[in-house]
Amino acid sequence: MPIAVEIQLVAVLTAVACAIPGAFLVLRRMALLSDAISHTVLLGIVLAYFVVRDLGSPLLIVAAAGTGVLTVALVETLTRTRLVRQDAAIGLVFPALFSVAVILVSRYAGNVHLDTDAVLLGELAFSPFRRLSANGLDLGPRALWVMGTVLALVLGFIAAFYKELKISTFDPALAAALGFSPTLLHYAFMGLVSVTAVGAFDAVGSVLVVALMIAPPSAAYLLTDSLPRMLVYSALIAAASAIAGFWLAWTVDASIAGAMATMAGVAFVLAFGFAPERGLVALARRRARQRLEFAQLMLTVHLLHHEHADEADRESESEHLEEHLRWTPTFARRIVDRAERDDWVERDGRYLRLTGEGRARARAALG
Amino acid sequence: MPFDLLSDLVTDYTVRTVALGAMALGAASGALGSFAVLRRQSLLGDAISHAALPGIVLAFMITGTKSTLPLLIGAALAGWLATLFVIAVVRTTRLPEDSALGIVLSVFFGAGLVLLTNVQRREDASQAGLTTFLFGQAATLLERDVWIIIGLGGFAVLVLLLGWKEFKLLAFDPEFAGSIGFPVRALDVLLVSVLVIAIVVGLQTVGVVLMSAMVVAPAAAARQWTDRLGTMVLIAAIFGAGAGLVGATASGLAAGVPTGPAIVLSATAIVVVSLLLAPRRGLIWNAARQARGRRALRTDTVLTDLFALGEQHRGQTHGHAATLIAALGPTRGAVGPALVQLASRGLAEQLDDQSWLITSDGNAEARRILRHRLATDPDGVPLVEDEDR
Repeated sequence: MPIAVEIQLVAVLTAVACAIPGAFLVLRRMALLSDAISHTVLLGIVLAYFVVRDLGSPLLIVAAAGTGVLTVALVETLTRTRLVRQDAAIGLVFPALFSVAVILVSRYAGNVHLDTDAVLLGELAFSPFRRLSANGLDLGPRALWVMGTVLALVLGFIAAFYKELKISTFDPALAAALGFSPTLLHYAFMGLVSVTAVGAFDAVGSVLVVALMIAPPSAAYLLTDSLPRMLVYSALIAAASAIAGFWLAWTVDASIAGAMATMAGVAFVLAFGFAPERGLVALARRRARQRLEFAQLMLTVHLLHHEHADEADRESESEHLEEHLRWTPTFARRIVDRAERDDWVERDGRYLRLTGEGRARARAALG
Repeated sequence: MPFDLLSDLVTDYTVRTVALGAMALGAASGALGSFAVLRRQSLLGDAISHAALPGIVLAFMITGTKSTLPLLIGAALAGWLATLFVIAVVRTTRLPEDSALGIVLSVFFGAGLVLLTNVQRREDASQAGLTTFLFGQAATLLERDVWIIIGLGGFAVLVLLLGWKEFKLLAFDPEFAGSIGFPVRALDVLLVSVLVIAIVVGLQTVGVVLMSAMVVAPAAAARQWTDRLGTMVLIAAIFGAGAGLVGATASGLAAGVPTGPAIVLSATAIVVVSLLLAPRRGLIWNAARQARGRRALRTDTVLTDLFALGEQHRGQTHGHAATLIAALGPTRGAVGPALVQLASRGLAEQLDDQSWLITSDGNAEARRILRHRLATDPDGVPLVEDEDR
């Protein structure tokens, strides 16, 4: 395979493996635990490295996932003392553990491939050069296998516990009442997030794991109300961000991981602006339409109010609306036109008269 | 050795500069961080500091210099923009705030990384050192930088003091603040903006990754020692300055210890001590209070049990076995210490090795306790409580 294709494959696998658990993190309001975990797994990697002295050892991944779960446990213990709130607990735990890791690395491991910049930033471009081979047969980049395994694990876990995850995400009380332990599931899920973070960490670095876990699912959350769709959209957006990121990095000669995060951000901004129902544009349009509809209803109520009264003629002059309802002439004309088009009012010389339909609408509005 | 350190602090230019700078930034971020922590925005600092990265690199690309002020302005603009984006997303969508923070934090950082790597690959050595912003390297601080830190940090604190009353109300009761006509949104943006300033002045020393700890840790520690906002802000500033001093000095003395992590660990140590030891809130204080309460309850129970036994066996002058008393009580376990304590207060007396008798003082005290229990818990058990056991 050409190197560019291999890099893109690794990128897509990483992005999708991150985005799927990320969807649950967003829904469970635990987005920033991913930030904490992705930083503290470094401590597990460093400590395990000091024990086995081999960067390729699977023990590193186990230890890293362990520190991820430990981070979650520490945050929750700290929150339970009620001395600090959860957000502060996250903000206290992960910088501390990360600091220990950084000091250990820069003091004792400076000469191995474990420098902090690489850990923090990752470099996808090098992934094709670390290859896996068996009996002299080249099996492709190591990262491809690692991320493929992680993705399979993620999909397997979600498929096996989909129902439980769904219930405990949307209704933890029901989950507990139904008899399975939300706590156990929570820690199992956090273990999965940790494993994903460790796998992705090597490829894209710790901060950008957060981008891939949070941005695509957040964008998907603005696009749909259904959980299965949200998972699919998250995966698609993540994959698209990965490929677009690769080409952006190629074009401007920069970090691929950074570019992937940037493109995930672009995807989110697009959803934020243009999502069919929840985007800014859709919101603004809906608000404008509601303003017109409301004004049109006000017009019928106004006409109904003064019908058969002495001042009926005067109040139903269309010029008078400007004074009474404080509408600008243009706005008044627009509303009258709309009402006429809907057959709610009809013109009678200079005056406006309610039709049957308009009268019914006004009465309905008045309750 | 400590004297060397002291004399270094006074005479050595680098050590003195670094320590001063770290203290100033610790004080500013501690004071401003108090508000962030109280308003449950602890992680906003994390987002702002990460989001500053593209601002730093862009400022370098535009000005071509690495002098502190332009980079800080770039950082502040990017951090500020990120904050406004978070506020906009939270206000207009159903996304939870932590997701909005996570997006801003990671995407801005990613964009910063694209710019940074792009600059690095231009084979132009002038950019070397920009990466120190990731973890902070206080050794690069110059005396001029320290003055900038003191100036900007001081300005942020000054704004905080000028708007003290308004910010206080905003932190504790924003609805009320709005209802009496305070411009809540504007105040919100203003408070966040001074937080941005306090954060960016620390970036060069602590780095973007760990600066958030300087916002959270001193404030969370200070919170344990007081219930008053003014005192909390003052203590947080002192803790922040202390962490800055200790961390910067430690990093200067030990080879291969980056400044940022050292300062963060110092701040974390202060937090741990505060969580354990703070009077009234600390964990040890609480455990001691609970143990005291449990002991008092057990002693009271033993006394009322003795009283009940006395009522049931009126006129009897021999004592009651400690084992019997233990069997009566709701909690198993030794009644010995409780009996000894009662004896020392003159409420019970030991007749021989195993048997105990209530005194007349003890009777009066037991009646008082039971009456009090009845008054506070009307459905409770009547005076002689062990009749049907």
